[in-house]
Amino acid sequence: MDRQNQENLGTNRSPTNNEERSSTQSLQGRRLFFYPFLITFIIMFGLWLVLSGHFDAFHMSLGLISCAIVSYLSSDLLFPSPRIRGLFSQWVRFVRYVPWLMVEIIKANLHVTYLVFHPRMMELIDPRIIKFRSKLKSDLALVTFANSITLTPGTITVYVSIDGDFKVHAIDKASGDPLPGEMEARMPGHSVRSNG
Amino acid sequence: MDNIFLYSGLYLAFLMVLSLYRALFGPTVMDRMIGVNAIGSKTAVLLILIGLLYHRVDMFVDIALAYAMLNFIAVLAASRYFQKRKGLYDESPYR
Amino acid sequence: MNIIVTLLLFAGLFFFTGGAVGILRFPDFYSRLHPAGKLDTLGSLLAITALALFNLHHFSIGTLLTSIKIILILVFVFLASPTATHAIVDAGVRAGLAPWVKGEERR
Repeated sequence: MDRQNQENLGTNRSPTNNEERSSTQSLQGRRLFFYPFLITFIIMFGLWLVLSGHFDAFHMSLGLISCAIVSYLSSDLLFPSPRIRGLFSQWVRFVRYVPWLMVEIIKANLHVTYLVFHPRMMELIDPRIIKFRSKLKSDLALVTFANSITLTPGTITVYVSIDGDFKVHAIDKASGDPLPGEMEARMPGHSVRSNG
Repeated sequence: MDNIFLYSGLYLAFLMVLSLYRALFGPTVMDRMIGVNAIGSKTAVLLILIGLLYHRVDMFVDIALAYAMLNFIAVLAASRYFQKRKGLYDESPYR
Repeated sequence: MNIIVTLLLFAGLFFFTGGAVGILRFPDFYSRLHPAGKLDTLGSLLAITALALFNLHHFSIGTLLTSIKIILILVFVFLASPTATHAIVDAGVRAGLAPWVKGEERR
């Protein structure tokens, strides 16, 4: 039950998973630990600079110390597996994925707005639950896919299992049909898995 | 420009009253949570609007950021709390 | 500049209206989540972008930082809103609410 909860929530799903992985991979040495630490530190320090707004030496040094502590303690939360090799191509794919997602969101939002303001709305909508199995494997790709489905109006992810079983609630037939389809093919994690 | 912001803020408050109907009279607890979540997401925008009206955006934007996070955490906690309850239909609407 | 800001703000308010009316009109819990979770997200996107643009009117380091913070709210909303929607729908499924199908009475 508890484990299912974590999988369902999607965002904070892998404390137990993490410990298993990091214990098996701790033999691979300190170099693999360094890159996640550095990337987490850069993100944290950027956030510190933006949120504080003070650029004098005192506040900067406070930020350096606390960001170092935080990223030492929790860098494995942001990057569960210290695999850096595919990261860059994955980011390029992600940057290309976001504008496409924006266009989809706006198109589908207009559809739902049309449904909302339609006077005979009760005859138009036809809610249904769709089940399908996704081919995505990595955790991050599954979470991003589920969030993208939820952001595309007309469809809400009801349930995701760790193997990629999806249950989706669609508001009418037209918005449920294109799943999984093109969105899955454009997901960032997809190419990394097929490359190995 | 100030007038546009003022009337947009008033209109947002009116929309929040509409969502408040769902939060007050929703047939199930989950409907109430939808109403509360909708009010919260409008409040973050309304706070920035108020900041622009008072010419103190630098102060109000922190409040808006904190409010957005607080709203998210409140919805997560409430949904974790209510998911164990069975038979939500039987609740009377006025409790 | 002002025209772009006003147009974006009004588009955001339009989607907010769709969300609020949809919450009132749709027949059951699951279908109410559709406008609540997502029309509000797009409305926030448009309205917050408009306000961040307007804030850059008098350009300086201070206003730039404030605009970055406003955009940060937007990023947070985009991460948090689907997750909150998902948490609510998951709680509904576990509590045993049956989805509305065509032909039933609204509730």
